[in-house]
Amino acid sequence: MGRYILRRLLQLIPVFIGTTFIIYSLVWAIPGNPFAGLCGPRGCPPAFIDQMTEQYNLDQPLPVQYVLYLGQLFQGNFGETFNGIEVGTLIQQAYPVTLKLATIALIFEAIIGIAAGILTALRGKGFVDNLVLAATLFLIAVPVFVSGFVIQVVFGVQLEWMEPSVGADPGIGQLIVPGLVLGSLSMAYIARLTRTAMFENKRADYIRTATAKGLTPRRVVSVHMLRNSLIPVITFIGTDFGALMGGAIVTEGVFNIHGIGGLVFSAIQGQEGITVTGVVTLLVLVYLLMNLLVDILYAALDPRIRYD
Amino acid sequence: MRKRRMVAPVAASLSAALLAAGCGGGGGGVTEATGTLEDPITVQWGEPQSELVPTNSNDTFGSQVFNPMFTGLVEYDPNTFEARNAMAKSIERADDKKTYTVELKEGWKFHDGEEVTSDNFVRAWNYAAYAPNGQQQANMFKRIQGYDEVHPADPDGDGPKKPPEPSAEKMSGLKVVDDHTFEITLKQPFTVFPEKLGYQTFVPLPESFFEDKEGFAENPIGNGPYEFESRSPSQSLTLTRYEDYKGADAGNADAVKLVVYEKAQTAYQDLKSDNLDVINRVPTSAQADGRWKEELGDRAISKDRMGLTTLSLPLYKEKFQNPDLRKAISLAIDRQQIVETVFNGSATAADGWTAPSMPGRTDGTCGQWCEYDPAKAKEYLEKAGGFDGQMTLSYNADGAHKQWMTAVAGSIRDTLGIDVGTNGVPTFSTFQDKMDNQEMSGPYRYGWVADYPTPRTFLNPLYTTSGSANYTGYSNEEFDNMIGQADQAATVDEANELYGKAEKQLAEDMPSTPLFTQTVKGARSDRLAEGTLNTRTNVAITSLKVAEPTQ
Repeated sequence: MGRYILRRLLQLIPVFIGTTFIIYSLVWAIPGNPFAGLCGPRGCPPAFIDQMTEQYNLDQPLPVQYVLYLGQLFQGNFGETFNGIEVGTLIQQAYPVTLKLATIALIFEAIIGIAAGILTALRGKGFVDNLVLAATLFLIAVPVFVSGFVIQVVFGVQLEWMEPSVGADPGIGQLIVPGLVLGSLSMAYIARLTRTAMFENKRADYIRTATAKGLTPRRVVSVHMLRNSLIPVITFIGTDFGALMGGAIVTEGVFNIHGIGGLVFSAIQGQEGITVTGVVTLLVLVYLLMNLLVDILYAALDPRIRYD
Repeated sequence: MRKRRMVAPVAASLSAALLAAGCGGGGGGVTEATGTLEDPITVQWGEPQSELVPTNSNDTFGSQVFNPMFTGLVEYDPNTFEARNAMAKSIERADDKKTYTVELKEGWKFHDGEEVTSDNFVRAWNYAAYAPNGQQQANMFKRIQGYDEVHPADPDGDGPKKPPEPSAEKMSGLKVVDDHTFEITLKQPFTVFPEKLGYQTFVPLPESFFEDKEGFAENPIGNGPYEFESRSPSQSLTLTRYEDYKGADAGNADAVKLVVYEKAQTAYQDLKSDNLDVINRVPTSAQADGRWKEELGDRAISKDRMGLTTLSLPLYKEKFQNPDLRKAISLAIDRQQIVETVFNGSATAADGWTAPSMPGRTDGTCGQWCEYDPAKAKEYLEKAGGFDGQMTLSYNADGAHKQWMTAVAGSIRDTLGIDVGTNGVPTFSTFQDKMDNQEMSGPYRYGWVADYPTPRTFLNPLYTTSGSANYTGYSNEEFDNMIGQADQAATVDEANELYGKAEKQLAEDMPSTPLFTQTVKGARSDRLAEGTLNTRTNVAITSLKVAEPTQ
């Protein structure tokens, strides 16, 4: 196991360099002058463009630019945006919000999704099963910007149960509704995944054995059946958490949450390569670490899975 | 039994979610503390594109911060856009029409306690103009004597050759006489120069700026009615009232928080539920059938914008060099119908090359050429020898231009019977790049907002041969001369009259087709008794007045 983790960690290095290089060259390779739109319909004076070009090393060949950028990055310097803000500061500000939002969404989807999956699988076909299937179909079918907007208008503007948007530096309370909206899609997938996995395992030999041994039904379900059925669910939750940490552009936009998603979105729009590369580098790391975590959890859940 | 047990966790988690959703909000309501730092007035805003230095910023979000934070020699009335002296006690013009003597009001201070003197103005302007400093607004100072020495022109425009090194660090046209008097000498006579001085670039900068520029951008210090309190980049910026402000327009609210919104729709919902106090953009969906006015009643703000949208023509392309063709295009556009159907009447059809509410403008300079006349349009198309192939109208697709551009294209197509298409350029940046490099293949959308209150602001930068934003490639010696004459007029009124005359020359040449002026649309919450937007679509921070608590 130790060797496995070490190998996975070493894999991070080429992946890290590869992805940052691709992102860096893609962002700066967009045709056109990235500073052209900065000064509005008047256009920018040449002296300003010259200075900015120099500041971002754009007068150098691409590989040199990249090496210079990487050198700064290894010193912990993410660079500066076009309007003079440290990218590191932006990330520091946006990440806690995104982390909170993603965690809330994840807790909702895991608890409600798994619970609904177990419930329907154990009850078998019937009213509850149909209800959950219909509800999850509904959640999958409705896009987030529709559900977010409807909730915002109905609960925020008309009923005034909540504020329609989330302020800067929001607390957990303010993020619960956006988190629920954000997690709703995955919640539906988790419910269905759990249900299917449980159904499959219900008739498996080892469950029959466990029941025949005389274990209590509660133990059979919670220790034997659930533990095996959760393997696909854990995979899903792991990658989903990685995705959520990358920011939820739509949900963040609807509720005006200043998280990672919005940061990347506006940076891409403004052709701010420095911000995009910085954030994406972090996202790559988050994904890789989440994958590693999922793989370790596999082994914990199912001792038959061995990696060494 | 087994089945029942599993119901409990599900029910518990569901009810927890519902409870939490109910508790998520917090009540607002009018309290005694309204407008203070604990409970500031909130204003819709966006992240500025440049650092917070007045000479290096050009976008409206930046101006939203600088307007209340800095007071220049002259300021503009937020309602009428007329210029009046602010920090200047007097601005006297000498007999040579080129030299202005500025006398400053005494006792004014920067927010850090430094007194505002002539030196603060002269140093700031020299800094902005000096080429190696690479300031965005450098060319605002090009009228001043000695500008060419501190900011030599690039010999091949924007080309590969580097411009020569500046031979001086300071403009010879700026002279400090004493602490409260300084002299400005211009290259040529320029009558409306004092009107121009209210533009944000002409503000004074404190000593601390020159000592630590990066520190200043993080924590700007001005001399205006509001001072910088704090900022969370890409989230919000808070301003508080500067108690010792000496000017006339001192403001009422103690604290104002500018909040970054990614979506106009979200800000609109927030305003409707009193979670946000002023918006300066109304989402397109709420504009349909004037829904926003119905929903907001007397809280809706709507006024003339000091700007103009045109369909500019690439005169550098052979196809568009015939003025008759350009006139045919203009005659073929049914402006009135587009204003009514696409904008629900919240725009004004253009009758000239300046904004309709601009002080000192000459009305109707475009005359018959801006009126829809299908027969004449066809006649002029024939005169021009027809049009081969497809005419493609370009716009930047990241703004809300598609709908009306399609309508304009349709109007030209149906009237002239030629093939007209539209082309959405993905971003404004690419669009600007194409204008800079003269790469537009056909007519394109262009918008311009007045910098200062005289018709000149719409004419000189866009249509003179050396204009800083002349992208059409239009060059007419007669027009240049007329602008030059107007610049030397004896009085401002006379100058404005002459600018009107020059504008009539544009009607002969049609380098661009005036289309319409949109209104500035915004709204305020119940918490405010007063609040307006200025003509540049920013919220006039000093106009915000909190309503008396009702209890």
